[in-house]
Amino acid sequence: MTEALTLILAGDRTLYQIVALSLAVSATASLMAALVGLPAGAWLALSDFPGRSFLIILVNALMGLPPVIVGLTLYLLLSRSGPLGPLGLLFTPKAMVLAQTVLVAPIIAALTRQIVHDLWHEYRDELTAMAVGPVRRVTALLWDARFSLITALLAGFGRASAEVGAVMIVGGNIEGFTRTMTTTISMETSKGNVPLALGLGVMLMSIVVLINAIAWGLGRWGTRFSEPGRDLLPLVYSR
Amino acid sequence: MRAAASDLPILFEDVCVMIGATPLVAALDLLISAGRPTALVGPNGCGKTTLLRLAMGLIAPTRGRISWGGKPQVNVAKRAIVFQRPVMLRRTVAANMRFALASKQHGTDRPDRVADLLRWVGLAGLEHRPARRLSGGEQQRLALARALARDPEILFLDEPTASLDPASTKTVEALIETVSASGIKVIMATHDLGQARRLAGDILFLVGGTLREAAPAAQFFANPATPEAADFLQGNLVV
Repeated sequence: MTEALTLILAGDRTLYQIVALSLAVSATASLMAALVGLPAGAWLALSDFPGRSFLIILVNALMGLPPVIVGLTLYLLLSRSGPLGPLGLLFTPKAMVLAQTVLVAPIIAALTRQIVHDLWHEYRDELTAMAVGPVRRVTALLWDARFSLITALLAGFGRASAEVGAVMIVGGNIEGFTRTMTTTISMETSKGNVPLALGLGVMLMSIVVLINAIAWGLGRWGTRFSEPGRDLLPLVYSR
Repeated sequence: MRAAASDLPILFEDVCVMIGATPLVAALDLLISAGRPTALVGPNGCGKTTLLRLAMGLIAPTRGRISWGGKPQVNVAKRAIVFQRPVMLRRTVAANMRFALASKQHGTDRPDRVADLLRWVGLAGLEHRPARRLSGGEQQRLALARALARDPEILFLDEPTASLDPASTKTVEALIETVSASGIKVIMATHDLGQARRLAGDILFLVGGTLREAAPAAQFFANPATPEAADFLQGNLVV
């Protein structure tokens, strides 16, 4: 453990390179997943069409999508003989971003659907009475649910940054190019290089704790807008 | 600027609203014209809120026809409603107002209009407070300001002072009187007979989803035409 902390405090170049790549890949994947998941979730929450319930069940089920299945599927698609082979993405950070996006998008979509659905239930009469159109309705709901949605986005980022199976398969764990915290921990542990694995483990845990702290703080701050003030709470709960 | 075409009078012709086999409103023939406030009174569950929602155009009748100014439902642009439990958007007081104004597209006069309306309902100085942190009376006044921001020709109020203390009730009633004096047709549901007596020009008395009596307020209170109305005014239970 001492050696691991020394690596962190001494600013070990390899360790921080791996951390930087991991964060870049996960942040990009989370952003892309948000671009897909937020509107998709809002659309599922507000629209009504045949098969909607099935789609909701499917999206919810995809939250538990096994990373190795995603990795294997993308590997087959991106490999030289696969349909997307000519793009040359296999064993690149872009392939890792793609894999994490596929894993995170259903999480963001499913959580967004639930959050927007609950808020729509609350807002429906007011927005209908104000003759608010469909586009403004979606933007209003997404904006007013922003604190809950940020928590959903951070949950997605947490899932992406902790993921190992898919990025290992499509990234190839190439030193200095596609090696992330999780793939390095897995490999270095099997090699017996525990200090580097431990150092990365400490960094990974710190990031996860930081993400949760941010989510908690934003949630607390957001309650200013969604709940009565402390001075009014006794009145609310005594009703 | 208000368009020349009017939504008044509102005409109900043999209107019926059913939930399954249960009628919420039955065989309703009614004409609501411009003038002093119209109050809907009657015991709980008599159909006051359903009638308000029908007249606002939020729900469609199961049977029968409603027209506004001789035309069938087009949009609710000239109508606004304050619900019994108005939902505050998860934003500041000013942002709630801006949202309502945006749905009316007032354009450049928006900041002045927000300030004017908030001053008028006695909420000046609270612009930056989260709307859900206002007291019940303040939220009711904000809901009223938000409704008026849409520059309505007809204002529907569903139990506007239910659960408010006498001081807040007095303030809200004074605002309703001013609104009515400005030429806006007020149609309100209330269980408070004193309030109906103070504010209304006409009374619609409902029991069990049917209209039992429609009369000028003075005549209704002095000389009710039906035994149910007489019982109701004497404080007897009417079901």
